[in-house]
Amino acid sequence: MGAKKNRDKNRDAPAAAAAEPTAETSAAGQEGQPPPEPKPPVQVLYCAVCSFPPEYCEFGSSLSKCKEWLQDAHSDLFQKYYSDEALQAKIGTLSLEAQSKLEQDAAKKEAKAEAKADAAVKKKLASRITIKRIERNKRKHVTAIHGLEAFGIDLKKAAKQFASKFATGASVTKNPQGQDEIVIQGDVSDDVLEMIEEEVGLLKGIPADNVEIVEDKKKKPGD
Amino acid sequence: MFKKFSTSTDIAGQTPVKTSVQRSLRTTVLSQWKIEPETLDVIWPKKEGLVHVKCREHLSIYTVHGEPIFFQHFDGPIYPTLRVLHKYPYILPMVRVDRGAIRFLLAGAHMMCPGLTSAGGYLPPPGEALAAETPVAIHAEGKEHAVGIGITKMGSEEMRKVNKGVGVETVTYLGDDLWAVQTI
Ligand SMILES: [Zn+2]
Repeated sequence: MGAKKNRDKNRDAPAAAAAEPTAETSAAGQEGQPPPEPKPPVQVLYCAVCSFPPEYCEFGSSLSKCKEWLQDAHSDLFQKYYSDEALQAKIGTLSLEAQSKLEQDAAKKEAKAEAKADAAVKKKLASRITIKRIERNKRKHVTAIHGLEAFGIDLKKAAKQFASKFATGASVTKNPQGQDEIVIQGDVSDDVLEMIEEEVGLLKGIPADNVEIVEDKKKKPGD
Repeated sequence: MFKKFSTSTDIAGQTPVKTSVQRSLRTTVLSQWKIEPETLDVIWPKKEGLVHVKCREHLSIYTVHGEPIFFQHFDGPIYPTLRVLHKYPYILPMVRVDRGAIRFLLAGAHMMCPGLTSAGGYLPPPGEALAAETPVAIHAEGKEHAVGIGITKMGSEEMRKVNKGVGVETVTYLGDDLWAVQTI
């Protein structure tokens, strides 16, 4: 019946496909009979705080926040997991000592996670972004931006934003120190600084004081 | 496998999978998972391009719309991601560990036989015994959803008999670095 030809070749790959291996071997999908119904997926609720299914929040590092969230968002589940009976039942085959050890661990973990989060915020405030103007040859420059990830910015997406803004090439690469940075073709360092100051698109929440522009005139050995 | 994994350092490249290769992959998945073709089509629609994310050490993750759906090490078994397993819990045979083992599992430990054979644990009955090297869903005592995915290191009957050492090697678990990756 419906001998549909496979015309939509979703080929997003850039060039490089030298010899074209057309995939027309034994195509012809089975679109004959009425297809059997797929089984519906189980709807799983995930905790908005720790991303686990709520029944596992107790093993995470943010139990009190998780509980707060669950009580607000799904009070029925909160009852199910944290009512006295539930707490009794879930101890299951575990001995009492083991259970209290578990609770201690959870508290410890939580404290640790909080300290870590605090440290992360401090680090973020202290982290610097460098916009480096690199001379490639006399007239050509590239602009390397380093440190955006500390502000929770997705480097790949940011690179895309730069590429379309400046209508040029932009990519995420590793610098010789092994850190990721965004490399934009052309000298756009001042424009990038401006974009950060104006918080264009993804570039939000970066204090302009943390940004500096540096020049790099020396040629770097190619990778 | 994903205790330490970072999308920025461990990914070597992404390539769309050729239609012909997708077909053979689909056949492999259907033969390895307990899943109906039409259900697999929902997870991995035929018309959507599958993307092969090549990672370090011969690890391959396959994504649809950037969302990881299964992965493979070398040419070993194909594992669903834990999120896919949560949606379709029956696609892998299950084992269960007791409550005491959960926190070790969540730290990435492999599962020792006693955690599987104790009162809170579960192994399939002898009639449905699992062979060694079988991918399994790892459930946990008192919990509804799987906590991890692993591969048996010995047959389930042997686990009962020997009752020591690693019974199930943990491949991915709740909160590991693959779990953290929602889209690549
Ligand atoms: Zn939680």
